[in-house]
Amino acid sequence: MVSVEGVGKQYRLQHQRGSEPYRTLRDSIADAAAAPFKWLNGSRQAVTTPDDFWALRDVSFDVGGGEVVGIIGRNGAGKSTLLKILSRITEPTTGRITLQGRVASLLEVGTGFHSELTGRENIFLNGAILGMTRQEIRRKFESIVAFADVERFLDTPVKRYSSGMYVRLAFAVAAHLEPEIFVIDEVLAVGDAEFQKKSLGKMHEVSRGGRTVLFVSHNMAAVQALCNRAVWLDRGRVAAAGPTADVVASYLQAAHSVDRSLLAPIEVGSHLEVRAFRLTPNPVTSGETMRFSLVLAATAPTKLAEVAILIYSSLETRIAIIDLRTVSLPTRLEAGQTWTVDGGISSVRLVEGDYRFGLFVNSSEFIGDVTDVVELTVQARPHTGQVVPYSAVHRGFVELDVQVNS
Amino acid sequence: MKIIIEPGRSATHYWRDLWRYRELMSFLAWRDIAVRYKQTAIGLAWALIRPALTLIVFVAFRRMAGLQQGTVPEVLLVLAAVLPWQFFSSAVLESSGSLIGNTALISKVYFPRLIIPVAAVVTAFVDFLATMLLLALLMPWYGMLPDARIVALPALVLLTSALALGLGLLLAALTVSYRDFRYVVPFLIQLGLFVSPIAFASSQVPEAWRAVYSLNPMVGIIDAFRWSLLRGVAVEPASLVTSVVMTGVSLALGTWYFRRTERRFADAI
Repeated sequence: MVSVEGVGKQYRLQHQRGSEPYRTLRDSIADAAAAPFKWLNGSRQAVTTPDDFWALRDVSFDVGGGEVVGIIGRNGAGKSTLLKILSRITEPTTGRITLQGRVASLLEVGTGFHSELTGRENIFLNGAILGMTRQEIRRKFESIVAFADVERFLDTPVKRYSSGMYVRLAFAVAAHLEPEIFVIDEVLAVGDAEFQKKSLGKMHEVSRGGRTVLFVSHNMAAVQALCNRAVWLDRGRVAAAGPTADVVASYLQAAHSVDRSLLAPIEVGSHLEVRAFRLTPNPVTSGETMRFSLVLAATAPTKLAEVAILIYSSLETRIAIIDLRTVSLPTRLEAGQTWTVDGGISSVRLVEGDYRFGLFVNSSEFIGDVTDVVELTVQARPHTGQVVPYSAVHRGFVELDVQVNS
Repeated sequence: MKIIIEPGRSATHYWRDLWRYRELMSFLAWRDIAVRYKQTAIGLAWALIRPALTLIVFVAFRRMAGLQQGTVPEVLLVLAAVLPWQFFSSAVLESSGSLIGNTALISKVYFPRLIIPVAAVVTAFVDFLATMLLLALLMPWYGMLPDARIVALPALVLLTSALALGLGLLLAALTVSYRDFRYVVPFLIQLGLFVSPIAFASSQVPEAWRAVYSLNPMVGIIDAFRWSLLRGVAVEPASLVTSVVMTGVSLALGTWYFRRTERRFADAI
């Protein structure tokens, strides 16, 4: 169904005067004026300069009919570029892709939604943008409205919708596409928990319906739940491809071998960095006490409003957070000033395994998550009862303090 | 259905895709019109106020300049030129800015990009139809009803659309690569207003300059509009031929450049 052969994509990194990707006429005129001199120097032929950057290099894989394939990799590994090429938004520099069947691609939900238009109008507009005909939309209209659960607001402009309603409506339109090949970016990461369950269910339905799906995601749990095969991209190349369990395992292993202490400060937007983030002891034994300390430093004057520590499983599911809003926040930091917090978790009730710690930061220049700051290894506590505990993979993430009466 | 993606391959099936996505084109044009009229308090009236004010200013200008009266009421003479000019100028302006105005669509969804500037011209056309109402009201008022020559009007509207689209495609593609054109286009259109026969008739241009003057493709088109609507106005066949040739050239050049640069839009925008 899908055959990718030797695909590469090269971008030219321009020495920018501004930060915009486009050129101004002045740049081109300057280049044109300089061209004859370059020719005199004999350096006119195009050469690969250090400014050329290959976002994808020699990527090949095949996807059979009805297969659901996950594409995984770190940020900047080329996943988005591959999606854009598969969706025909941009052209590859080298190679060839053959797609057999009607293709629909979903790089975000609600592309082309207009806030002034009503829900009804946006269903038609968005449907057309995604490639549905007017007739097709009319036929599925009832079902889309029911799925999104917005009957009462159909004739309200979407600018008055809550963000949840907006996302539900957008996903509902996309979920009613009926292509033979579906290319999807992490659209599952939307909506509230209930809606996520609903959309995950829809995805299951899609994949069982014999449709070919290419699913790009950070969420290892979703990839494992939905995909039978996976392709791991690393710095633009295919690092591994095969059954999902194997590929995810080697991806996680590689991610683990990355040094677990914070070697260099991590930037948080333009004005702030994580100077230090220590967990002691690390490894920690399940059920024992652990201390944490965090140092944020301002590289330029900034205002810090909220900070939270985020705890993820190795499958990148968020498990818990430590809310730090109560600790002298909000606060204003001058350049060079630091903001320090430390504390303890009296009992680390986590099942043995590896966990990742990240941060949520809300400052005047940055709001968002910083994932993968440090890693914590939790070791199994020595077992005391009469039965040997089930292995960690069966026990989820949390050790509850339980009394069982018999 | 089989799709092959290769460097330089986007040309295959392009025109077939364009036909398949024709509904999207009408949706985009409809969106632009719907949004505009939702955001403004007096909606459609804006379409009429603009030409009406231009008309008043130009008639006043004629009076002050002491331009001699012909057989045609000067209000109609000016209006028959203001309407096609405004159609042309807003079509060029909106289509050349249409690509950078739809960045989100271009970077997230595939469809033949040609749809976007075409939809912008369609939007301008709908406005033009509304402004024709003004002429339909004023012509009976001045006791001048069109004769059989009005059948040429649809062809002239088509010619204007094609000229505007050709220039719009070229300028839209150039604006993606060179943002300078965001400033160049409004300026050129402003200049065009003064070098086109709107406040006056082409026959009032000195004989010696007439040939050079007719190189402006809007000269032939505006003269032909007046000829088709009003009695007693002649059109120079040579200047109309110039307009047709220039339209062909701009459409060919615009389409060629647009198609050549289209595959880079998503990377450059």
